[in-house]
This record gives sequence, C-alpha cells and structure tokens, in this order.
Amino acid sequence: MSIDLKTIKHISKLSRISVDEQKAEKLAGDLNSIFDFIEKLNELKTDNVKPLTSVAETTLKLRSDKVESENIREQIIKNSPQENEDYFVVPKVIE
Amino acid sequence: MSDITRQSLSELVENIKNKKLSSTEVTTAFIARSEKSKVLNAYITEDFTSALDKAKKFDQKPNLDLKLPGIPMAVKDLFCTKGVKTTAGSKILNNFIPTYESTVTENIWKEGAILLGKLNCDEFAMGSSNETSFFGNVQNPIDKDFVPGGSSGGSASALAGQLTPITIGTDTGGSIRQPASFTGTVGLKPTYGSCSRYGIVAFASSLDQAGPMAQNVKDCALLQEVISTYDTKDSTSIDFKRNHYSKELSNNIKGKKIGIPKEYRVDGMPKEIDDLWQKGVQFVKECGAETIDISLPHTSYALPTYYIVAPAEASSNLARYDGVKYGFRAKGDNLIDMYEKTRSEGFGAEVQRRIMIGTYVLSSGYYDAYYLKAQKVRKLIKNDFDEAYKKVDAILTPSTPSSAFKIGEKTNDPVSMYLNDIFTVPVNLAGLPGISIPAGHDSRGYPLGLQIIGKAFDEQNILNIAFAMEEKINFKNKITDWWIK
Repeated sequence: MSIDLKTIKHISKLSRISVDEQKAEKLAGDLNSIFDFIEKLNELKTDNVKPLTSVAETTLKLRSDKVESENIREQIIKNSPQENEDYFVVPKVIE
Repeated sequence: MSDITRQSLSELVENIKNKKLSSTEVTTAFIARSEKSKVLNAYITEDFTSALDKAKKFDQKPNLDLKLPGIPMAVKDLFCTKGVKTTAGSKILNNFIPTYESTVTENIWKEGAILLGKLNCDEFAMGSSNETSFFGNVQNPIDKDFVPGGSSGGSASALAGQLTPITIGTDTGGSIRQPASFTGTVGLKPTYGSCSRYGIVAFASSLDQAGPMAQNVKDCALLQEVISTYDTKDSTSIDFKRNHYSKELSNNIKGKKIGIPKEYRVDGMPKEIDDLWQKGVQFVKECGAETIDISLPHTSYALPTYYIVAPAEASSNLARYDGVKYGFRAKGDNLIDMYEKTRSEGFGAEVQRRIMIGTYVLSSGYYDAYYLKAQKVRKLIKNDFDEAYKKVDAILTPSTPSSAFKIGEKTNDPVSMYLNDIFTVPVNLAGLPGISIPAGHDSRGYPLGLQIIGKAFDEQNILNIAFAMEEKINFKNKITDWWIK
C-alpha cells in the first residue's frame, strides 16, 4: 500500500491541518514507512475475534445529573486568544 | 543539612515529622538545586516563589499526620494545575491557565505536598525521548548528550538529578517506565482505571494512566497510595479495593510464580540487556520465587496495534485545539483557514504525524482495515496475558531494548523511535500494571531497567516483587553532578 500526495491532502483537510507541498511530501514518506510497519497485522486471521473496546470489564456507573461547576465564566473567557468580555471571538462566518 | 536533596522521600518525611527539618528548609534546598540545574531543561514552568510561601505556611501550623507533609515536588506538565500554566509541552497550549486541578495532583496537595513547578515532556506525551517538546530537549543527568527518555523526560531528569524528591508522570505506551529505565529511577504504570484521568491533558484515552516516579520502590508505593483513588469525574475510574501500598509493602515473595515470556527475546537485542534479564531471573529465584517459561504469542503485533489505536484516539482528542476558546491562534482569512493555520503552526511535527495517521485509520473506507483490525488484535494481546496469568503471578521482562540513546540519534526515523516501547506497549494495550526498576548498567555505566508486569489491580504484588529485587540488586546511580558548576 502506498499513501500518495492526493491522500495526504485529503487527510490534512479532514484533520484541519494545512500542509504545503514540501510538508506533504515529507508526511507521505513518514506515513508510508509507518504503514509498512503496521501492515504486519495482516499476517493475523481475526475473522472470529471480537474487538476489544474497553480493557476495564466494568459497567459504567450512573451519577445524578447535578450541576457542580462554579461560576467561572470570566476565568474561562480569559484563556481565549481574542479577548472579549462576553463571547469567544472568531473570524466572520456570515457574509 | 547540605545533603537534603540526596534524601529519599521516606527520609524527608521522617525528618519533617521528627522536626529535624522544616518544609521551608527542604523546599529551599530543592529550589536552590533546581536553580543550579537549568541546563537540564527539566522545567517548563517554575513556581518557586509560591512554593516557598506554601512551605512557610505549612511550617507555621504543620499537619504531621499527612502522608507528604510539606514535601515539595514538581509534576509533569500534562497535569492541569489550577492557576498555573499547563502546556503539555506544546506551543498550542503555551498560554493556557487551567481553571481546575487534576484529581491526581489534588490528591497530592491534600496530603501536604507543595508544587515546585511543571516538568518538561514530549508534546502531548507523544515521544520516547522528550525531543518533541516545544520547550526543547531535556538532558539526562547521566550524560548531557543523552536523552532522558520520554514522554515523561523532564520528570525522570528532575528526579534523577535530585531537583524533586518524587514526581508523577503519565504512561500511554511506556512514558513512565522507559524514562525511569533511562535514568536509573523507579516508575510505575498502574492498572487502567486506578488513577483518575480527570484534568490530565488527553492523548489516547483508552491507554493513558498517571503514575508515580521515585528513587526507590518504597517511595513509589507511598506515592501510588496517595494518587490512586476512585473518582466520579472520570467515567473509566474503577471502584476497587485499594491497598495501603507502602504499609503493606513486603519483600517476602517466596513461592511466587514469575513468568519469563520467550517472545521478549527480540532480534537484535543487545547482549547486555539479555544478561541483565538473566540476572533478574537469578535475583527472583534467590528471593524464593519460582520462574516459569511462558509464551505471549502476539507480542510482536503490539506496536503495530498501538500505532493505530493511539493515533486514532489522539486525532479525536486533539480535535479540540482549534484556536477558539483557549491556546494559540494563528491569523486566518476565514474560520476554516484560521483552524488549519492554527493547528499547522501550533502542533509540532510528531503530533501532526500522529493526528494524520489517526484521521486516516478512522476515515471512511479504512476503518475496518485498520482501526477495527487493531481492536481485534488488541483483544488477542489481552488474551495472551489472561492465559499466562492462569499459570503465573507476575511477568519479568527488560524495560527497554537498549539504554539511553544520544540526542538526535533517532529523530529522523519515526519507526526506530517507536521500537523503544516494544516491551512497555503491550502492558498498556492490556490495561495492566507494570513497574520499571533500575537493575544494572551497560558497558558505559548508563542505567538499565527491568519491568515487572502484574495482573490487573495487583499493584501490591508487583511492588513487593520490585521491593525484594531492589534489595538484591542494590543499584547505585552513577551521577556526577556535571551540570552544577
């Protein structure tokens, strides 16, 4: 299997990570060597194996639906890259 | 006392309880040594002024019933600390001030410990050498040109260099045990669900576990006792009966059955690692335990499985870093452009690589071939351990296939870097506890570790085996303080 530049561009779009030509070529090389290594799994027949979805064989506990957070809106907003008293600010999305 | 930083946690606790030392004296000593050790680059954020204030406050009204009374310590910068910058070693979180505290660190402060600062690590814990950190390489106190291991590289370096008496790391594929092995320290990866993941920057949620790192097994047991609690804030936290690991620590391992898995004798493994392993077998026998040859037939499939499962989970966990609510933001022409530039400039190369792998294996048309396949092989790997534990109580292996390597030696070849975790990754995939203890030196005098793997929730047993072996091994770290002028 080989991951070509077109596939890299497609994954980068899905990942929301911009890549230029140079970076795409480097990534293609790296990913191909990693996937060569991963292909080893195809040696195994797993048709009748049930996938492991959780190592902890317990059922999840229920909890009451109670609000526990404090009123820390100001502190949270303070961490935002573009400060505004009331909102998170992003580039304009509506024309 | 000039030798304060040489003392183990247990000695410091005893000296503080007997009022031979104050928290202020101890904290001052570790701060002074940390100040002189900046070249190691172990810290990302120092919190020394505040640490000293807390120590003074503690001394005014000392509560000596606590388990970590007035003990200063630095922690891996993957644990959220309320009001103290938490970066996960990434540019994208370079200005992030958490509004909450991780459960594990909260447990530590409740027992009287004091935060010294936040320690360097591979970016989002993705790495085996601390070289992927946005904040630069960390030097191994053993030798300046060598990596301390990773991802908890700053933690291991700070601990071995005596900048902190104990520390905590996180381990997704070996990130506590491998750096412990590279620096001659003790590191425990607990059973999945033993320590809460609440407030730990997420990498791969089905594999991530926090754990203690210490100079010796007893200190490691005490710290594990403090950090392991059931927590409703982590839905995968498990409510099981936790031991008083330090109180119940015993070197009596007579009659224990220890498995020696033949598949861990991998091609190209240096002879010194094999010799060390044989020495380990000898030691456990001298302690009265019995060794049994076992087989874990799917061992060689663990790393390929891990490099599907971990990136898949990471790609989804790291989707939150979009430059909107916190962290770094790049300028963009529109919203999508801003997302793409923020993530391209904010994440380092290894993190981007793993997000891409994860996105690919989860994408339409490839899910069954990769992700589902990996989940099935993960089951086979867990089954191997389940079978083995019908015959044995624990398993003994080397911690790593080599000792510490040179800075820069493996950065250009991701696969050769991944091979570092060949002995540690299966343990995470199966959700088991594993501990690395220093067990010898290579020909250059660099430390080598042995790993003891336990049954789920059987931390006490592997701590006991480690404790008994530690006595026999009588390891001495060869650190010359070369960086202190």
